[in-house]
Amino acid sequence: MIKKRYVLNFPPDSGDKALSYHLVRDYDLRINILKAEVYPGKRGSLLLELQGKKENIEKGVDYLTTHQVICEPLDKRIHFQHEKCIDCGNCTAVCFAGALTMNRETWKLQFDKDKCVVCELCIPACPLHLFEIDFR
Amino acid sequence: MPKTKTYEEINQKLRQGKAVVLTAEEVTQMAQHASPAEIVEKVDVVTTATFGAMCSSGAIINFGHTNPPIRMEKIRLNGVPCYEGLAAVDSYIGATACDPENPSYGGAHVIQDLLEGKDVLLEAWGKGTDCYPRKYIRTKINIKTINEFTLFNPRNAYQNYNVAVNTTKKMIHTYMGTLLPNMRNATYSTSGELSPLLNDPDLRTIGIGTRIFLGGAQGFVIWNGTQFHTTKPKNEYGVPVTNAATIAVIGNLKEMSPEYLQGVYYDKYGVSMFIGIGIPVPILDEDMARRVSIANSQIETSVLDYGTVGQPKLGQVTYEQLQSGSIKVKGKKIRTAPVSSLAKARKIADELKAWLQNGKFEITQPVQMFPKNTSLNSLKETEADND
Repeated sequence: MIKKRYVLNFPPDSGDKALSYHLVRDYDLRINILKAEVYPGKRGSLLLELQGKKENIEKGVDYLTTHQVICEPLDKRIHFQHEKCIDCGNCTAVCFAGALTMNRETWKLQFDKDKCVVCELCIPACPLHLFEIDFR
Repeated sequence: MPKTKTYEEINQKLRQGKAVVLTAEEVTQMAQHASPAEIVEKVDVVTTATFGAMCSSGAIINFGHTNPPIRMEKIRLNGVPCYEGLAAVDSYIGATACDPENPSYGGAHVIQDLLEGKDVLLEAWGKGTDCYPRKYIRTKINIKTINEFTLFNPRNAYQNYNVAVNTTKKMIHTYMGTLLPNMRNATYSTSGELSPLLNDPDLRTIGIGTRIFLGGAQGFVIWNGTQFHTTKPKNEYGVPVTNAATIAVIGNLKEMSPEYLQGVYYDKYGVSMFIGIGIPVPILDEDMARRVSIANSQIETSVLDYGTVGQPKLGQVTYEQLQSGSIKVKGKKIRTAPVSSLAKARKIADELKAWLQNGKFEITQPVQMFPKNTSLNSLKETEADND
């Protein structure tokens, strides 16, 4: 059993399909919706955590893709210019999900992208503007 | 007789490569097993450091004269306004200056761009005089074309700083970072036991003329900083429990490194600049040995509510608690986060230590000590039509 977060981007005409139902029933996946933005008739975006067997997750992602849903691992949508980071800690102040933390030995920033819930508070909180999240 | 050392004795040892130099964190570790008397025997200099946002910073620039010359009476660098009231081609660019149309790029970024060797667009206007007939200039400058490029910061390296929380129901944006509603986070800003002015709280060795690490080069303390306040309440270890003393510093930007100076922009607040400062503290006697041995558990600071006018004090905590990841304020556990870089401060302390050990850097006896018993005036409102 593994757990993985994906960003799903739905095309305008996909709103009426019960895709998440099929993920649960046909692929035995436990789904957790962490963030959703739906603009009816336009598009929708979802941050989804999938838990299940690795091959079932892959099949589930394939299933979504065949239904015109763009489905990408969350870490591919988070862009962080780590090499420019000065380890000030400002982003950790707002990251209530615990994805951004300071290492208490080295006091360098640690970023566990798997814990990110795309609240996007780090984007303006970083005084160097090193974060970009491609969610929509 | 208790052991004492002079500045010259320590410098002799530095020149001979025989001096023992430790960082403030290392000497605090040592103090767990060694007495101040033993420390003054064994250690000669302790390096302290900080790397945080210091808004009262800026640079003096001399652009050089054109032919025909201009008396620059309005000056912009990459659109950022610079001070025009200094002769014909001298200017001062403040770190926090910006064009209100482009608030995320300010003086700190201009300084950083120049430091990184980038071209910066200079525009200047003058009324035209008999000796300065030119009225307008638009040209690119860089670190090589300008004459003097001097970092001159009127207030840096605050001795201690407050912890910021927000008791309101709205998120607020401050120079202490983004403060979540209902005290969901707390931010703090000094490097604790590594912080320069916390290791010499009575400023016995830091004064006018003290040679320091500034932005990756040698710089100097030239005056007390603005808002210099030496009569704030102190705890049982002699450390002020809120922001107190400050220093004014100067150094040659042409020798500095972008690694130790960083322009920043705080959303809905403005531009500031991270400044890397390291100060060597000579261990002249047992009193100084005791001072530099101070630990995070002995340094306290005040928790202030940045969401309420007047910033009422809500509590007092130690840096040990702050660095543990959470503090308790009014019975509530609050997650903490730093807003200055301890990792970079450690790097500065190590680099300064290496400079001292390699004979690249000597300690300086201040030519004059800072004033004592200072406090601050607040701005009185004498006119009736303030809102």
